[in-house]
Amino acid sequence: MSAATEVVRADLRAAVRRRKLSDRLFVLLGMLILFASLLTLAVLFIDLVREGGPRFGWDFFTNFPSRNAARAGILSAWVGTCLVMLVTVAVAMPIGVAAAIYLEEYAPKNWVTAIIEINVTNLAGVPSIIYGLLALGLFVYQLNLGQSIVAAGLTLALLILPIVIVATREALRSVPRAIREAAYALGATKWEVTADHVLPYSTGGILTGMIIGLSRAIGETAPIITIGALAFIAFLPTSPVSGTFPFVSFTWLKDPFTVMPIQMFNWVSRPDPAFQVNAAAAGAILLGMTLLMNGVAIYVRYRYRKKINW
Amino acid sequence: MLLAALVAVFTTVAIVYILVSESLPFFHQVSLHDFFTDTMWTPMFDQPRFGIMPLVAGTIVTTMVALCLAIPCGTIIAIYLSEFAPYRLREVVKPALELLGAVPTVVYGYFALQMVTPFLQKFIPGLPGFNMLSPGLVIGIMIIPYVASVSEDAMRAVPNYMREGSYAMGATRFQTATRVVVPGALSGIAAAYILGISRAVGETMVVAVAAGLQPNLTWNPLESAATITAFIVQVSLGDLPHGSIGYQSIFAAGLVLMVTTLVFNIAGFVLTRRFREVY
Amino acid sequence: MPTEATHADSPVSGAMMPATDTDTGVLPVRGSGRDRLQVTMDETRRSAALHAPVKARASALNFYYGDFQALKNLNIEIREKQVTALIGPSGCGKSTFLRCFNRMHDLTPGTRYEGSITLLPDNIDLVARGVDPIEVRMRIGMVFQKPNPFPKSIFENVAYGLRVSGLSARARLAEEVEKALRAAALWDEVKDRLQNSGLSLSGGQQQRLCIARALATNPEILLFDEPTSALDPIATARIEELIAGLRETVTVIIVTHNMQQAARVSDYTAFMYIGELIEFDATSKIFTNPSQKATEDYITGRYG
Repeated sequence: MSAATEVVRADLRAAVRRRKLSDRLFVLLGMLILFASLLTLAVLFIDLVREGGPRFGWDFFTNFPSRNAARAGILSAWVGTCLVMLVTVAVAMPIGVAAAIYLEEYAPKNWVTAIIEINVTNLAGVPSIIYGLLALGLFVYQLNLGQSIVAAGLTLALLILPIVIVATREALRSVPRAIREAAYALGATKWEVTADHVLPYSTGGILTGMIIGLSRAIGETAPIITIGALAFIAFLPTSPVSGTFPFVSFTWLKDPFTVMPIQMFNWVSRPDPAFQVNAAAAGAILLGMTLLMNGVAIYVRYRYRKKINW
Repeated sequence: MLLAALVAVFTTVAIVYILVSESLPFFHQVSLHDFFTDTMWTPMFDQPRFGIMPLVAGTIVTTMVALCLAIPCGTIIAIYLSEFAPYRLREVVKPALELLGAVPTVVYGYFALQMVTPFLQKFIPGLPGFNMLSPGLVIGIMIIPYVASVSEDAMRAVPNYMREGSYAMGATRFQTATRVVVPGALSGIAAAYILGISRAVGETMVVAVAAGLQPNLTWNPLESAATITAFIVQVSLGDLPHGSIGYQSIFAAGLVLMVTTLVFNIAGFVLTRRFREVY
Repeated sequence: MPTEATHADSPVSGAMMPATDTDTGVLPVRGSGRDRLQVTMDETRRSAALHAPVKARASALNFYYGDFQALKNLNIEIREKQVTALIGPSGCGKSTFLRCFNRMHDLTPGTRYEGSITLLPDNIDLVARGVDPIEVRMRIGMVFQKPNPFPKSIFENVAYGLRVSGLSARARLAEEVEKALRAAALWDEVKDRLQNSGLSLSGGQQQRLCIARALATNPEILLFDEPTSALDPIATARIEELIAGLRETVTVIIVTHNMQQAARVSDYTAFMYIGELIEFDATSKIFTNPSQKATEDYITGRYG
């Protein structure tokens, strides 16, 4: 006698088949939309490279912007980006990590702490242009820092501060309680436990957060425009290293400047198609840098997770 | 270290202070009534008009377009990743999706202007070079990862025993997802939408590049218009004597923007807390 | 004359042998895995135990988690260089009591001590407000239930306690680390790979590393919080042997939910129940002829 395989009646089985069909259709739909979204990213990148390809060359990187599209380059822009990022890291990293350590290890559970945490969460959702307005009113005018690199660096530091704080807190939180207890049981003070154990073991996560924050800062345009960074800067800020004592100068901090995204924006806004090519080239570089930094961040996270496996 | 943490509070206070103090003189000159009801926004003209509606309309239209794309796609992606996708696929796809959201916005602006608009012009004859449809769609693409990730978190917070109850009755994955998981994660999904709205409203560069910078009171996405954010950019590009009415107008606009996003952020935050507490 | 408790590498089969002068009472203490139990004590060791000076004295100790009173009026004398076991069913407060000795509860907000634990001969009240918990922890060490070595090298794990107390001279550190690893019976296994990560060791080795880490600071009292509950029987046996040997150098208090372990390893046993001390006496007496019915019920497995 052959084994029975029909568990329910025929009419119910038809309904089951229909339901399974809609299941499969949804899987198809989901995968479709998913890959369409990712494809968009690929299309974007490829198109940028294709359009901007003709402009890639040593001169593109070493020329200043110019009215002649064929001669215009991004020298002042990428130098400006590097210098601004320097200020951003120098400000955001210590403040962000210190704030996260405080919130995670030291803060008592009272209303002051609650207010701080609410603020951090809130600031993560504030549009970037509002930071620009803050910078304009506060840094540029009230503190009289002028439309300078240091103003831009400070603004971007504030912008990415929530990212750094949240990422650092996650990293600190992932250190198991047992390790802290063991350190305390040996007579370590709270600071020793934090500095000797918690911080070193969470370095990977902290670095990841910083890199992701930086990759966000590099692409930010709106706040920098609001500060008043100009896009036709045909000169470089004063070099930080000078030939005379004390060999390190800080005048570059207050120099006018431009950054990569602004240069691209400026070119995109020009009707001349030749400038669109430049814009595409700059965009390809920007996008490439962003993807690279995110890739590095993911890699750092992966390596640290392998090294210390709780 | 407490000082470092207080920087966050200081920033918020500073933002509020600057926005309010710089726009106060503005509101001395322009009545609130005019501000909210006048239909033209021309602060730089000799006969300036200060109705913010055109900017608000621009913001609303682009945001609506963005949501029409982001909400369905983001939700479907979230359901797919949470309920259907194999573990390995999820691990690969999630970082890739994050990358989509990490693209610099000015690059998205270029994308909207130079790739999406010409593409749309093939299907919609007469579509102007600057319109709201194209940046709207691009903003939508930009916030899909955000909507998807918050929704997915909400769905994964739904405990497994609820799913098992559904499967045990012979339901398919699709039925379980739509009848059990999504309703169970509703407040989290709503939070995702609301936070997405907040992101779309605050988006600047995509619209500044692709929607044009001319305030235009219209609800038609096929026309060009300026959003609140684009206006601020446009004015900043020019010369801004400190203290002039033009200078103050961007702070007034910024104030409106800040309040709007704050409202959405708070709503989103409250909903997020709710879904985290329920389970 | 009953023989001394034997070592792990010479298993003795045979029935449990009762203590010398308390043969009465039939208490079928349940047998463990590889060996039969031997609840015997050497005559000399027993009398030494009875005359051992007091190392720490808990007087009228109460402990609160917020409003909840976890320990009620504990009065115990911990004898110097003896092993004292704390036993009792889950939730009886034995771990809570243990953690009072090194002020671990200070890390949790809302906790409160009442009464005193006096460390002798210096006469210091360990739980007094004016006494710094950091200093307490430098004289009293702890080994936890789940081995928790730091993700550092084996050398650095053991050296950490010394570094915290200010020792940084490389030669001295190396000396102390070797001493501690020998005392923990781990030296021979790791002496060639001191720079390897502590996490590369097996579970039993990790726990011995944690013991070495605690021993490196020469504590006066060493607290063990269920040290073998996460280990396999062979590793367990080695650690029990280690603990039994430690009584030469340090006072030991061990919390265990395994009665047979308490019987094997300790000189004194305290039986606790819902935050109170029910009975405290020499181990041999507790396990062969307890005075309280509650103790007898617990030991014979009637509950818990």
